Amino acid sequence: MTTHLVPVFPDEDRRDPVINPHFTYGTSTDKITGVVHQPVSAAWLFGFGISFLGLMLFNFAVTWLLVWGVGVWGIDIPVGWGLAITNFVWWIGIGHAGTFISAFLLLLRQEWRTSINRFAEAMTLFAVACAGMFPLLHLGRPWLFYFVFPYPNTMDLWPQFRSPLIWDVFAVSTYFTVSLVFWYVGLIPDLATLRDQKNRSLLSRKVYGFLALGWRGASRHWHRYHKAYLLLAGLAAPLVVSVHSVVGMDFSGGIVPGWHSTIFPPYFVAGAIYSGFAMVVALAVPMRAIYGLHGMITNKHLDNCAKLMLVTGLIVCYGYYTETFQGWYSGSPYEIGMMHDRWFGPYWPAWWLIIFCNCVVPQFFWSYRVRRSPWLLFVLANFIQLGMWLERFVIVCQSLHHDYLPSKWAMYYPTIWDWATLAGTIGLFFTLFFLFCRYLPVIAVAEIRELVHKKASAEGTAAAVRRTGMAPPWNDPQREVNAHE
Amino acid sequence: MSKHVPKIYGVVGEFSSAEAILEAAKHATEAGYTHAEAYTPFPVEGLAEALNFYRSPVALCTLLAGILGGATGFFMCWYANVISYAWDVGGRPRNSWPAWIPITFELTVLFAALTAAISMLVLNGLPRLHHPIFETPHFTDASRDRFFLCIEAKDPKFTPETATTFLTHQGALAVSEVME
Repeated sequence: MTTHLVPVFPDEDRRDPVINPHFTYGTSTDKITGVVHQPVSAAWLFGFGISFLGLMLFNFAVTWLLVWGVGVWGIDIPVGWGLAITNFVWWIGIGHAGTFISAFLLLLRQEWRTSINRFAEAMTLFAVACAGMFPLLHLGRPWLFYFVFPYPNTMDLWPQFRSPLIWDVFAVSTYFTVSLVFWYVGLIPDLATLRDQKNRSLLSRKVYGFLALGWRGASRHWHRYHKAYLLLAGLAAPLVVSVHSVVGMDFSGGIVPGWHSTIFPPYFVAGAIYSGFAMVVALAVPMRAIYGLHGMITNKHLDNCAKLMLVTGLIVCYGYYTETFQGWYSGSPYEIGMMHDRWFGPYWPAWWLIIFCNCVVPQFFWSYRVRRSPWLLFVLANFIQLGMWLERFVIVCQSLHHDYLPSKWAMYYPTIWDWATLAGTIGLFFTLFFLFCRYLPVIAVAEIRELVHKKASAEGTAAAVRRTGMAPPWNDPQREVNAHE
Repeated sequence: MSKHVPKIYGVVGEFSSAEAILEAAKHATEAGYTHAEAYTPFPVEGLAEALNFYRSPVALCTLLAGILGGATGFFMCWYANVISYAWDVGGRPRNSWPAWIPITFELTVLFAALTAAISMLVLNGLPRLHHPIFETPHFTDASRDRFFLCIEAKDPKFTPETATTFLTHQGALAVSEVME
């Protein structure tokens, strides 16, 4: 064929593409939407089945909790927060990477965001849904949860607006709502794509058509849409920082040694993004293998995620260092005693495992080859998940078990119901994620088309098109044939 | 007039690239068409501007809603702690405004974000599940890899013949008349 069919990307992009250069508007659309409503595969069924069992376990554990009360958990004084709050902080942290990707990286015009923002946002929503459950269940009488909202009531009472716990209510519910709106706005053009596909059943086209709200891609609509999307990104960006800061203030607002520290908000935010990127990698690697999305979620994406894990991991390590240093520097016997207990007390394995998972493991990401090895990255990311969970466990439970009064010191042992609730939310998360993979496009289709266009026109082929009047190469039927080969 | 007589909605040309539709849109504006609309599978930079559409009040609505949200959050906390349920805690100030900043901030973001999304939809006239443009042949490709330019019948310069000629001249792959 003619010479200008040779692709066409700047050197760096050709060596290390954010998207396979052979994709056209049509093939990239088909590739992503082909995942939706794919015939049920054994892998999907197996994964969904396990997750669904987890969800049933969750239902069982919660029912048991509602019947017998929070006494079925291992919590008692002094450790009143226990696994419930540990899990809350862990889950909500995981969500942060999704918002970071969709908001921060959009505003910073990072092209590699495009292939991973959709499923990362879904991950955020599902993680926040799991997180939100724990403080409610931990209330003891969850059916009175609405007391936390300012509503006109016969008791003539207000929530305590000066308390970080009430800030948390506002922060988490705003976070969930804004994430949901952002995600849905991003989905609208893609739902229209699904609606317009002739190979789908009438019912599914009607459902997608209803959800697409009649989107027709008019230029004026895109103009407003683009504006609204950027505004949403600008509004969601400070949420990345604020939500986990408020969660951090839940702790620093308390006087417990190991909590009462100004380091908490920034240290928690870094930890949140750290664990969130670990979850993005843990989801992306199997997902792209199962659905063959290597052309869109390339090794460059994994490489960038690993670099971000390295950076945030180093910040988290610095947080550990500062915490320890401040414990010693305070000169307070309680702080020093708490830190000594953290290193050498009964929970020492948890602490040293944290150091291994969160400080030693990310050092592997200095290596180019590690950052480019998907399954190795997958394993390391899961170590980080474990490390971040243990970090929250130590902060919540170890700090509480060793506070001011030696006569109050006591051990905390999670019961089987604590573990069942944790395993249950993992089941809930993956149940939702498997359904999402099956019924919605896991990659933002319209944004990928935009990326295809941007990548191709970067070459200046537009000028050639105007000159020759020919169809541009990225939309040429001949190239579609080449792409299939 | 009988309501069964179909009225023409416009003439639609189909294009295969973003560059082609951008050129066609510019030419349509230059030719004096004021009611033309382009339909594309992704936002094409400069296309709305080429059709003489520059500003939308989405940002203004969002700003106002943000201010309203912040004011609501702060007023709520202030009213609760200073007026409605004033409580003297060791002589500390009732108007303890720094403690109300997180809630003020969260409500600012919440109001602004909801308004950004809703004002976008309302200004776009969505949800509207049916629209005459959907009757265009191959319009389902407008969400895949085709670009459409519609010269609408309400345009004062519109006649089906001139619009068809215009679109054919712009290199449209196909031109069709679409009924209301």
